[in-house]
Amino acid sequence: MASTYEPIATTTLGSAASSITFSSIPATYTDLRVVLVGTTTATANCWLTFNSDGATNYSDTLIYGTGASAGSNGHSSATKIVLNGSGNTNTSTPTFYSADIFSYAGSTYKTCLTIGNGDLNGSGDVNCAVGLWRSTSAITSVILTAGSSTWKTGTTATLYGIKSA
Amino acid sequence: MLIHGVIASSRLAISGAFESIATSTPTSGSSITFSTIPSTYKHLQIRVNSRFSGTDDRIDLRFNSDTGSNYAYHWLTGDGSAASASGAATQTSALGVAYATGTANIAAAAIIDIHDYASTSKAKTIRSANAWDTNGSGRMRLSSGLWTSTSAVSSITLTLNSGTFATGTTIALYGIKGA
Repeated sequence: MASTYEPIATTTLGSAASSITFSSIPATYTDLRVVLVGTTTATANCWLTFNSDGATNYSDTLIYGTGASAGSNGHSSATKIVLNGSGNTNTSTPTFYSADIFSYAGSTYKTCLTIGNGDLNGSGDVNCAVGLWRSTSAITSVILTAGSSTWKTGTTATLYGIKSA
Repeated sequence: MLIHGVIASSRLAISGAFESIATSTPTSGSSITFSTIPSTYKHLQIRVNSRFSGTDDRIDLRFNSDTGSNYAYHWLTGDGSAASASGAATQTSALGVAYATGTANIAAAAIIDIHDYASTSKAKTIRSANAWDTNGSGRMRLSSGLWTSTSAVSSITLTLNSGTFATGTTIALYGIKGA
């Protein structure tokens, strides 16, 4: 049986950038997975968008834990999927984000499962979320944005393709 | 070896370590079965993107056609306003995908990991991240399940509690190799 889990592209920043974009994504996989580990120049939210769509076509529902409490929140008719739950990115401690994007080349709306993790030695955030992009277009680009901040040098993100039989 | 449904795959980007076994794309019917699963992997993963003809359905998992009261599960869930937890003992199936939705164009998603599925000396533990969102409501659930049998898992049946599968559903079974 062929290997079905393949890296499509990796970006490691050589200089600070407000976003990381994976573009020209081929439609040859079943699912996508994007993984990011990084820091930002100021604490910020971390956003996920597709195909440069900045309209209110996104929503999400999440659960989170802060080390002291657990909770749930969500967003509707939003302009992005928020990856960082109850916490933020950090200026020195890397935080981890991943998103599994299902049937990304299909003709129904796109559902993704995300995880965000960050530990600040006594506090932090862990969250798991479901995100929805209300578009029937195939996903051809994935954009990871550091909110109002910028990703610092050394931040790395990889896009994988998962191909079913 | 950590094999969380959502996060583990980053450790598996090694050629040949993560392989597609079979895929089902049902457009009708209420169940699908992956049968004759080889025992050559260490773990299994099922990736689900599912649509339904009904509303507020769920998908249950059974192994080896076992309909006895040999399953249990518990979960942590968030509905967008509060987190909660619950569970159920002595069940006739393991919970695979909870609170799926039949809303037009909306799919529920799940990543289900079945650990050490070929063991003949241990019960089988299942981990699942499963969820849906409809722009205004949704559920995000992390589930743990148990099948108390020591038999190797050779078939997996996913059954809708009610309703039928709809176009847009993809349920894919993958094998994860050990070293």
